[in-house]
Amino acid sequence: MKRFLPVVIIIAVLIVALGGAAMLMREPVSTPSPALSTATPTQRVVQTEEQPVHFKGRIDAPLQLEEFGDYQCPPCGQFHPVVQRVVAQYGDRVRFSFRNFPLVTIHKFAAEAARAAEAAGAQGKFWEMHDLLYERQQEWSKGAAARPFILKYAQELGLDMNRFTQDIDGAVAGMRVAQDESVGRIRGVTGTPTLYLNGREVPFEQFMDYDKLRAVIDAALAGKS
Amino acid sequence: MTNSTLDNDRAGPRRREALLDALAALLSLVGLADAIYLTVEHLSGRSVRCTVIAGCSEVLSSSYATVGPVPLAALGALAYFTAFSLATLALFGYKGARTLLAALVAVMCAMSLWLLYVQAFVIQHFCQYCLLSAAVTLCLAALVIARRLLQRHARSR
Repeated sequence: MKRFLPVVIIIAVLIVALGGAAMLMREPVSTPSPALSTATPTQRVVQTEEQPVHFKGRIDAPLQLEEFGDYQCPPCGQFHPVVQRVVAQYGDRVRFSFRNFPLVTIHKFAAEAARAAEAAGAQGKFWEMHDLLYERQQEWSKGAAARPFILKYAQELGLDMNRFTQDIDGAVAGMRVAQDESVGRIRGVTGTPTLYLNGREVPFEQFMDYDKLRAVIDAALAGKS
Repeated sequence: MTNSTLDNDRAGPRRREALLDALAALLSLVGLADAIYLTVEHLSGRSVRCTVIAGCSEVLSSSYATVGPVPLAALGALAYFTAFSLATLALFGYKGARTLLAALVAVMCAMSLWLLYVQAFVIQHFCQYCLLSAAVTLCLAALVIARRLLQRHARSR
């Protein structure tokens, strides 16, 4: 009997390990933050003196999608094509807004990138810079400095370079980013990307995948009709 | 020297060797739990989000977190389970298991050191679960070395 005891122990550990993994996989994926779980739905939409947010789509669209993002955050980069598909798919029915939430403690170029998007926005090219920063995230975020890449993108977009180089370090871009951040903090944003649909936070696991996000959006649309 | 004195002389080191085997098995279980957690988190996409305090998202969403379609943590779980099995077999006196365990721990140790280098100098972020795994592997290596020394010492007496 003693001869088989180690084999029995090994098999028992294997069963426990597989069972534990299966239980972890089945754990509820959405864990709302305490601040949100205690708030009523109306409290989630915090009214503040907010600056005009950058948005795409009709202002009165039935679907109001709002992202708090960090240009250097890898999952935000992964989420970018998902948003683009949603905007293309839902057209006039969706308004997509973007707010900066640079996680400066872990992403050293995040604030600079956010200011670059705002500086491009001052010349009417916010979304163009936004797309470039996400699409080429691997290029500018891995080196010793992001600025040469950002300047290259600004040139590609045909921006007035003198103005852009002043604006990127200027007070206005910095203030816009800071305001977005403070709106995020008031709403309880702690990570990126964070997505709101019609003022309610969408669990992270439900929006990183296009099909899952579409299901959430369709459910919201069905609820409105 | 009587036979009973000889037996007593051998029983001490044997007990210590068994204790080291048991510790190696227990440590492997810690590593296994950590690796399973990371694998599940990776597969479910739960902890990939960037947060203000931790660097796990950077590490787990980097290209170093997978080998083809397989999460690296899953390979870690397999390695820890094998280490646990070998330590258990060694504890019950299967002699070949010790040599295999030493070889496996050497490979795991090399892999952990490389991953530490990647976190420190390439990704420039640390994931606490990956650090725990590295610590477990290094402790396993220490146990394997201690066991070898103990064995050599017992033989030389």
